[in-house]
Amino acid sequence: MKKDNEIRIAGFGGQGIILAGYIIGKAAAIYDDKFSTLIQSFGPEARGSSCAAQVIISESQILYPYIVKPNIAMLMSKDAYERFGGELTDGDIMLIEKDLVQPKKNGKKISVYAIPATRLAEEMGRKIVTNIIMVGFFSAITQITSYEATRKAVESSVPPGTQELNLKAFETGYNYGKKLLSSSEKNVA
Amino acid sequence: MKAAEVEEIQKKPKTRKTKSVEEEHPLEKWLRMDRMPHIWCSTCGIGTAVTCFIEAIKKTTLAREDICVVSGIGCSGRIAGYIKQDSFHTTHGRAIPFAVGLKLANPKLKVVVFSGDGDLSSIGGNHLIHTARRNLDITVLCINNFIYAMTGGQVAPTTPPTAIATTTPYGNYEHPFNLPALAAACGAVYVARWTALHVRRLTNSMAEALQKKGFSFVEIICPCTTLYARKNKLGSGLDLMKFYHDNSVIVNGADPREVDIQFQSEIKVGKFIDVDKPTYLDSYNTYMKTKLGDKFKPYGVTDEERQ
Amino acid sequence: MKADPAGVLTGVHYLDGDKACAEGGLAAGCRFFAGYPITPSTEVAERVSERFPYMGGMFIQMEDELASMAAILGGSWAGVKSMTVTSGPGFSLMMENIGLGAMLETPCVVVNVQRGGPSTGLPTLPGQADMMQARWGSHGDYRLIALSPNSPQECFDLTITAFNFSEKYRVPVLFMMDECVGHMTEKVVIPEADKIDLTERRYTKKKPGEYLPYAYGEDLIPDMAKAGDGHFFHVTGLTHDERGYPDMTWEMQEKCVHRLIDKIDKNVDEIFMIEEENMDKAEVVVISYGITSRVALRGIQLAEQAGMKNIGRMRLITVWPFPEKRIRELAKKVKAFVVPEMNYGQMVLEVERCAGGQCKTILVPHGGGTVHKPETIYQAIKEAYK
Ligand SMILES: Cc1ncc(C[n+]2csc(CCOP(=O)(O)OP(=O)(O)O)c2C)c(N)n1
Ligand code: SF4
Ligand SMILES: [Mg+2]
Repeated sequence: MKKDNEIRIAGFGGQGIILAGYIIGKAAAIYDDKFSTLIQSFGPEARGSSCAAQVIISESQILYPYIVKPNIAMLMSKDAYERFGGELTDGDIMLIEKDLVQPKKNGKKISVYAIPATRLAEEMGRKIVTNIIMVGFFSAITQITSYEATRKAVESSVPPGTQELNLKAFETGYNYGKKLLSSSEKNVA
Repeated sequence: MKAAEVEEIQKKPKTRKTKSVEEEHPLEKWLRMDRMPHIWCSTCGIGTAVTCFIEAIKKTTLAREDICVVSGIGCSGRIAGYIKQDSFHTTHGRAIPFAVGLKLANPKLKVVVFSGDGDLSSIGGNHLIHTARRNLDITVLCINNFIYAMTGGQVAPTTPPTAIATTTPYGNYEHPFNLPALAAACGAVYVARWTALHVRRLTNSMAEALQKKGFSFVEIICPCTTLYARKNKLGSGLDLMKFYHDNSVIVNGADPREVDIQFQSEIKVGKFIDVDKPTYLDSYNTYMKTKLGDKFKPYGVTDEERQ
Repeated sequence: MKADPAGVLTGVHYLDGDKACAEGGLAAGCRFFAGYPITPSTEVAERVSERFPYMGGMFIQMEDELASMAAILGGSWAGVKSMTVTSGPGFSLMMENIGLGAMLETPCVVVNVQRGGPSTGLPTLPGQADMMQARWGSHGDYRLIALSPNSPQECFDLTITAFNFSEKYRVPVLFMMDECVGHMTEKVVIPEADKIDLTERRYTKKKPGEYLPYAYGEDLIPDMAKAGDGHFFHVTGLTHDERGYPDMTWEMQEKCVHRLIDKIDKNVDEIFMIEEENMDKAEVVVISYGITSRVALRGIQLAEQAGMKNIGRMRLITVWPFPEKRIRELAKKVKAFVVPEMNYGQMVLEVERCAGGQCKTILVPHGGGTVHKPETIYQAIKEAYK
């Protein structure tokens, strides 16, 4: 059995963390024809201004609904990094918001990919699309959700009238990821 | 005016006396005769209020089958059981929310809550104030006998200061509710108070309330001879009627805040509030229409009516 | 009868259990909703309030749960399918009028998205500790139906079933979700309206004057009337006769209450919904419901990997009435029942009672707040196997 992908997404309120998780989960479950379960964290870890979601993506029905040990983390704030960064181990992937998270070396072989998503969003004139840039970045780097599926999931999940902007944001993140992979400008923390 | 009241008192016992058991009761069509005799004590005022209510229905142009009666629990709560309409005897305090469900699910109905002071203003007080606030289009008729009668005479939120109840054996030291002020403050569009003596005015008021669009509230000061009167040594049913006669003052349009009742004090009666404002459902339909336009499907309106 | 397309959001969606439950209600034809916000159930109410204006439904946020429950009974008697949604503290407040619903025989659906208790407990985290309250929470004797979904898809599908049962048997149906299922987002397929079968209420064909609200035939379920049809009927929470009139004698109590019980008990075979797997050779049977049934399956897989092959799996979809007969049958054949649940022993009491000492019954308790660890269930299976 192929191992499930357990994805932690975290940041602060207003960054669209839950929607990012929703889009990734939806891409997998509906457009990639896999199974996925999204859980928004309502527990103690959701206190204050922090916000977290967990997505499990699998080839078969997901039985245990929570993340046991994430193999992917998408962290969009310092707080999120400090809280969840330590969960990853050798071989795992960490996606971070470049300007908000400064990863420290901890001896583990984790592939760290950084994107200045907030800055890119601001350049597009809409800070609100930061999360969609991250989603595009996620798809490009991890390939867990395909380009096509993720794109469709973005399109069908954002408010009517904002599709064009959001798809542009998605492409921005996706292309940034692709470029990063080819230039292999990644960090091993 | 006074003379008319006196007439009312005098007429009452007479008509009662001349009525024989075999004769068809004038309210036969409107009461569940197969449930008689009712449970109320003789000289209890609840029966009078029921009679007034039926006379009030007759005065309106409402279709009879549209009128539903909902009661809670108590002596007054038994009213629903005797009136031959679609009638619902629910739980203590919850007659109003049950009625809200009936009304909203079928806005064509004229839903009347007929219940006691304890039921409506104590355990059900929250529903009373919120349903008035929403101006939900129902009529609430409240039998105020100043006491929890069915359970044997305990203090109620309406018990006047110093009055004796079984749980205030030395007299009541709480501040009571002034029900018209409460209903008015919460947003009722029609508020009146009469005593069980004022049958003609009470009937007219009930008819007005039934035809009023929005939350209408009529308080009926009612003798509970068995408990309230006895515990407080107020005499017989007739003595109480006399008391109402001598001590009630009609002040139509009075500021409801000024109609509170002290123990055996003057009782201000009359129609206090009669104003117009959109009902819950009207507000909903109008507001949603402006927000959602043609996509909005108004509630309680058939497709033809909408055209 | 088929569903009204206006309420059916046909398509493939990615929805959480709460929203799926709301969609199930709309598809089932619910057009009156009264509720009071409480985590983790609020999303159901929010969804309904958003969707109703487009289909001619009436949503009202009542002043509390006492009011919500009373209001949906009123809504139902006005002839409109009605539902409310709550969680533990609100469920407690609804109990008295759930009893009124049982006594008046009022179709309606009450959703409880269970959180950890007692009291305010764990508002944002799951529990399954209201299962006995669902069975016995209102005073007096009565029977209701309770269902337990284990995925957002089932939150949709089974809300429709809940409405169908409530209309057919004229009882409040309790829809016992939990926070985990309610807040978990998964794929939910909503079929076309003409693929959704609805059970319609059986209204009386009697003319006004002839109708008796509690006269019944062979199936023990009286025909209903609705307010405004001119029958001038009366119903009461007091013990009553066929006319709906109070008759507070022990003889009438026997007749009235006994029928409330019989109309469910005699139809258990139709109401039971259980999922079974690997029962033929089962030595140990794991019985679970709701989200725990998924975690339990993971526990079973672990046990199977460890070489224990004869593990049966039973999932209660209908939790009340309880599948007594089936458990009794199995108790004769198996070594043990293993019952994981997110409480300190509720449904296990029923299993144990039905097992009648013929086999072991092992509870795998959990206080709620999160789900069981599959390993814990696996350990219990191992224990049972001995
Ligand atoms: C939940 C609940 N609590 C208490 C009671 C007992 N109870 C029945 S009637 C009543 C008081 C009724 O007083 P009121 O509404 O003034 O009616 P009255 O009998 O005076 O007409 C009480 C406390 C009940 N039936 N239900
Ligand atoms: S106890 Fe009082 S309120 Fe009740 S029926 Fe007798 S007189 Fe009326
Ligand atoms: Mg009273």
